[in-house]
Amino acid sequence: MTDLVDISTSTADTRPLGSRSNLEYTANPIAIEVRAAHKNYKMGADIVRALRGVDLVVRRNEFVAIMGSSGSGKSTLMNILGCLDRPTEGSYLLAGKPTHIATAAQLARIRNEEIGFVFQSFELLPRETALSNVMLPLLYSRKHWLGARRLATKALERVGLGNRMDHRPNQLSGGQRQRVAIARALVNQPSILLADEPTGNLDSKTSEEIIALFQELHDQGQTIVIVTHEENVAGNARRIVRLRDGQILSDHPTNEDPVHTDYVRRAIVLSGGVLPAIVSAAALDKTGAAQ
Amino acid sequence: MIIIRLLYQTVALAIAQVWANKVRAILTTLGIIIAVWAVITTGAAMQGFRGFILNQFSVFGANQLWIFPRMPPDQRDRFSFRQIRITMKEIDLIDDYCESIALITPIMQINSSVQHGDRVRPVVNITAVRPSWHEIEQRFVTIGRPIMQSDEDEALQVCLVNAKGIEELALPSDPSGTSILVEGRRFLVVGVVESKSVSPVFGGDEAQTEVIIPFRTGQKMRSDPRIYATAATVRPDLFEDAKAEVRAVLRRERKLNPDDPDTFGIEAIQQVIQTVQRVTTAMTGILIGVVGVALVVGGVGIMNIMLVSVSERTREIGLRKAMGARPEVILLQFLVEAIVLCLIGCMVGMAVAGALVFAARSIDHEFTRALMVPMWAVTLSVGFSIATGVIFGMFPAIKAARLNPIDALRHE
Repeated sequence: MTDLVDISTSTADTRPLGSRSNLEYTANPIAIEVRAAHKNYKMGADIVRALRGVDLVVRRNEFVAIMGSSGSGKSTLMNILGCLDRPTEGSYLLAGKPTHIATAAQLARIRNEEIGFVFQSFELLPRETALSNVMLPLLYSRKHWLGARRLATKALERVGLGNRMDHRPNQLSGGQRQRVAIARALVNQPSILLADEPTGNLDSKTSEEIIALFQELHDQGQTIVIVTHEENVAGNARRIVRLRDGQILSDHPTNEDPVHTDYVRRAIVLSGGVLPAIVSAAALDKTGAAQ
Repeated sequence: MIIIRLLYQTVALAIAQVWANKVRAILTTLGIIIAVWAVITTGAAMQGFRGFILNQFSVFGANQLWIFPRMPPDQRDRFSFRQIRITMKEIDLIDDYCESIALITPIMQINSSVQHGDRVRPVVNITAVRPSWHEIEQRFVTIGRPIMQSDEDEALQVCLVNAKGIEELALPSDPSGTSILVEGRRFLVVGVVESKSVSPVFGGDEAQTEVIIPFRTGQKMRSDPRIYATAATVRPDLFEDAKAEVRAVLRRERKLNPDDPDTFGIEAIQQVIQTVQRVTTAMTGILIGVVGVALVVGGVGIMNIMLVSVSERTREIGLRKAMGARPEVILLQFLVEAIVLCLIGCMVGMAVAGALVFAARSIDHEFTRALMVPMWAVTLSVGFSIATGVIFGMFPAIKAARLNPIDALRHE
């Protein structure tokens, strides 16, 4: 495997880390703009520096994977991107709104209107039907309250669960549950869809379906940020941002990411020269060329 | 609009939440159930007691007044019992000078033997009264005629008996024209008087032979009579005026000095009614105190279960916050849940108490018939339950509202 230290230098891209949107999106308006973000936690007497100056720009309709081992700060970055937390230092503009200076109530409203969350363990309310679960964000929304049911129905149809609306989570498979969660994330038409290990609790077949759904949403123009540690999942994004020790280690379009291309090459070799279905098509052109 | 919608959703959610934990909810609200049950049943019992007592007094007529001799405490060396007796002159003075008194009659009670044919009753209560007694006591005749002024004026030996007397003396069912012997004197029965429905509360046995005779006839039988008087005020609310007037007349007649105590008593039925009402009011106060304690106990149960609920549903709270629920909304949700819990306890308590009262009412007794769940008890129960929910639900709700969504979502 390529040495990790080399990956940030192995590319000819001279733009600063954290702002290397794929060329096809550079004309799009900025969805996420994180500048010099630091996050410190107090752990007893020690101060843990979870983020040490992160810059990240994500433009509308991008599909970004944030990767990193545990302790790299990716969860912290995720929380800040999701407006669940504020950076200790630095700024974060979401769809042009400064969130680093927002009050708790304003953050709640931004979470409601601008962010769609997808969690590893789905986080559906067990006693509510799929439809009620999807309607949950609308309950806390100032707009859309008259058409809540209609919007939720539409969102469920969009993820292919139009015929499962009255099912409770325990009557649905894992993949269907995650679809409900995605529908819930989409129902308020958020600026960004934020997914934290969305396939972490799913088998590989179901994972493929969920990934395919993300692809579909991306094709429809949805901005998506996925946090994952699975290389094959990240490979479906158009851009991979790698974190280490609270800093951005590398930032490449997927097909230029050395670690990922290396991974794909190995996967092909291991499966006897065939590209495994789980490995994304996005990486195909570059790795194909690399072969 | 958003508030109404949120409130509606929150209430629906709270009901669903309680419904999902039915057994737990019932056990938790046991304190509230007992408190509400206590309020409703004692409220009904008090209402019943009051209704029963007032009903008892209503047989006398609401405007009745009693005037009787009363020895002031520690004054036996100054007054003899003979001295403080109510005299006929005093009764006439009251009749003439007291404007608030409509009617007055002296009453003399004589215990004597009564005989009809070979039937003898050794001790019978003979009551000697003026004709106005019928009106004052609200006791009229069912058969024959009442005691009349001419009977009184002529001191005729006529009498009325009650239904029990007819039975005990084996008189014909219409005894008018029959003669009976009272202390060896022949009395002509002229009518049947209504029986007095006095309950055992007042020491009255409802079934006792009574003989009513004209007052002056009674005077001829006893040379040294002990009498008292009953009067009717013009209107029931004039009893204070009537008492003051009677007191003034009697004190002047008895030549009492301003610092001398009264040597007579005056009691008004209205006063007794007011006393009963004061007693029930005091009982209400005690009840509220007891219920307050019960509700605090119940409230601690509610607080406990709400804290459990908050920690059980930490992830749900985290999710709701991530979805954009503001802290106030989370607070409202848990507060409403606590209130719903309390109200469910309240309803169960009311249902149990209501069933109990309903069952008690089916027992045919003068007291149980007057039982009724008063509106104030229901209002009090609901109000206290809501207050308990708010007070004891507040702390868990604040705890939920303050949860950090990141930690909450990671909570296991």
